[in-house]
Amino acid sequence: MPSEREHRFAGPRRGQLVFALFLVVAALLLLALIGDQTAWVNKTKLFAQPRFWPAVAIGGMVLMGGLHLYKLPWRRVSRYDLREVKRWAQVLEFAGWFMGYVLLVPIIGYLPVTLAFMPLLSWRMGYRSPFMLWISAAFAVVVVVLFKAVLSVKIPGAMLYEYLPGSLRSFFILYL
Amino acid sequence: MDLILSAVDILMRWDVALALLAGSVGGVLIGAIPGVGPAVAIAILLPATFSMDPIVGLTVLLGIYGSSMYGGAIPAILINTPGTAVNALTTYDGYPMTARGEPRRALSLAYSASFFGGIFSVICLILFAPVLAKIAPMFGSREIFLAALLGLILVVVAHRGHALIAGALACFGIFLQTIGLEPVKYTQRYTFGQDFLGGGINLIVVVLGLFAISQAFVLLTDEDEKVRMTRLRGGMFQGLRELTRHPRVAGVSATFGVLMGMVPGVGEFTAQFISYTYAQKTSKRPQDFGNGSSEGLIAAETANNAVPAAAMVPLLALGIPGEALTAMMLSVFYVHNVVPGPGLFQNDMDFVVALYLALLVLNVLVLVFLLFATKSLIQVVRIPNRFLGVCILTLSFVGVYSLRNSATDCVMAAAFGILGYVLKRLSLPSVPIILGMVLGGIMEVKLRAAMARVKEPFDFIDRPVAFFLFLLIIIVLTVHILRVLKDHKELKEAEWQTNSASTSFANLMWRRKNSFLKDHGKRVRARHSKLLRRLTDLF
Repeated sequence: MPSEREHRFAGPRRGQLVFALFLVVAALLLLALIGDQTAWVNKTKLFAQPRFWPAVAIGGMVLMGGLHLYKLPWRRVSRYDLREVKRWAQVLEFAGWFMGYVLLVPIIGYLPVTLAFMPLLSWRMGYRSPFMLWISAAFAVVVVVLFKAVLSVKIPGAMLYEYLPGSLRSFFILYL
Repeated sequence: MDLILSAVDILMRWDVALALLAGSVGGVLIGAIPGVGPAVAIAILLPATFSMDPIVGLTVLLGIYGSSMYGGAIPAILINTPGTAVNALTTYDGYPMTARGEPRRALSLAYSASFFGGIFSVICLILFAPVLAKIAPMFGSREIFLAALLGLILVVVAHRGHALIAGALACFGIFLQTIGLEPVKYTQRYTFGQDFLGGGINLIVVVLGLFAISQAFVLLTDEDEKVRMTRLRGGMFQGLRELTRHPRVAGVSATFGVLMGMVPGVGEFTAQFISYTYAQKTSKRPQDFGNGSSEGLIAAETANNAVPAAAMVPLLALGIPGEALTAMMLSVFYVHNVVPGPGLFQNDMDFVVALYLALLVLNVLVLVFLLFATKSLIQVVRIPNRFLGVCILTLSFVGVYSLRNSATDCVMAAAFGILGYVLKRLSLPSVPIILGMVLGGIMEVKLRAAMARVKEPFDFIDRPVAFFLFLLIIIVLTVHILRVLKDHKELKEAEWQTNSASTSFANLMWRRKNSFLKDHGKRVRARHSKLLRRLTDLF
């Protein structure tokens, strides 16, 4: 049965201890590196020192993160915590999809990669109906046309576009 | 009058009109889709607005900010799921109205209340602008530093139950903005010898990661929900008539919205909560609140729509954003070399009034759009969650990559996306990181400038505004400490299952001492020792 402290804790239990531990350890590591990663300039006031604000920020992280860890009503990592960490790791797959998309756009081109990315990721998410796949392809075209052609957002032309014939090449580089 | 005319002149352009239309319709659509929200949309659109004029770019973003809450009321009322986080209170009274067969009445009441809140706040602020223009020049470096510090403290203490971790995350935000080449002494800070860290970590990369990519991850790892829609019956204009029957609730709620919106770090939630509590306590039928009360719905919707215009005050007058959305808008100003702050109010007052007029027109456009298009608009609620996640991930690419065409930025945004996902899973706030980044930068610059003229510590607060802000900081911290002590006492009382005796250790020892000295104590001890003797005699 949860104790009064556990009952009053705002938010879920799973993962809290792992996150707090990670934050405090990371802050302590950063604090240990402060002499190496920041400079102390002679004949300069304390508030104008390049080290002052990193020290305030990391000091605050250590102090408040440490107090948060101390105030947590749990002291042991449970199996629910580990299950939660596994759940966090699941999103690495989607981060990978995103990075793959990012790396392919400068090589193959914004329109072709988006046209492949949207239906493929929709397929991966379990949408098998032709209607959803067509919708995702249409969304991809709308996004590319809206942002690159209409709003002229800075996305460079792909390496593959260089092989296109004359006027088509400049059209693709400018608008797609 | 001249000021208003010159403001109208700024707005009389086709691109501003288009921005108003796109912002209002887009904002309503985004608000109506649960799981997107204005923060995601603004984060994605931010780099696209850099190529526009400041007035056009800000109108689009303000449009999304101001109209998303109108749209957010639709799913809150029809399917009991708030479209944006600030519509959570709308579900309390909106959904019960739908359940008893009055969805149209609830929707029209929500639109009317939102419209009243929006218009009230804009009119208040246009009238208040000349006063602000007089107050703003009183803010020098030390006042702006103290105001930024106050904003940061308010954001931290507003997260009740999570104040310590919110403080640690705000410090993490301050740390993030220190990374890179320090601009005064030209030394490297936490770059680890890497070139990509030399230029620092871009705010928009962090914003996109924490708001957009993390939300995409949440949706992609979630299940699709089956949505059951209710058929709309009745007239859409009855809410306007009903609103006129509750002028007191609407007026007070809008005033709370304006006041809370102006205070950095407070925002919609506090305004709504206070307005709702006020409406309930002063109502003739308090038992209806939470069961479909029209007054409750008016209080919640009026208060949250009065906030966006008011939230622009600290941003425009002092250059201090009070929450994440205005922090994002600050970067639009910086990109165009427009420095918000006292100077803007003194030199470009017509620009400020033009922004407020744009908000005024926006509210009218949104109301007209919603009154006629709600029936078709509610279909967006049906978009499946995971498909929405795919769309947000695709759109996030535009936001991050178009900044500097850098894959490193995208890696960082993905990393912040994972951090944002973890924070969302743990119900921890990510807003303190953004405000820590923005306000930390302002505090560093302003403190350095202010300390150059300060000889003794008390010189820092020798000006009236600085002293007032310092006093406010002390009051906020004292109130917070008292609240923490009260919570601690309540916890002890609950653990010990007593609220008559003191739970303090010192008082406990004092009471024991008294009990030892008093006659009653002596009698009790004598009785106990007699009983003990009898017991030991048995063996």
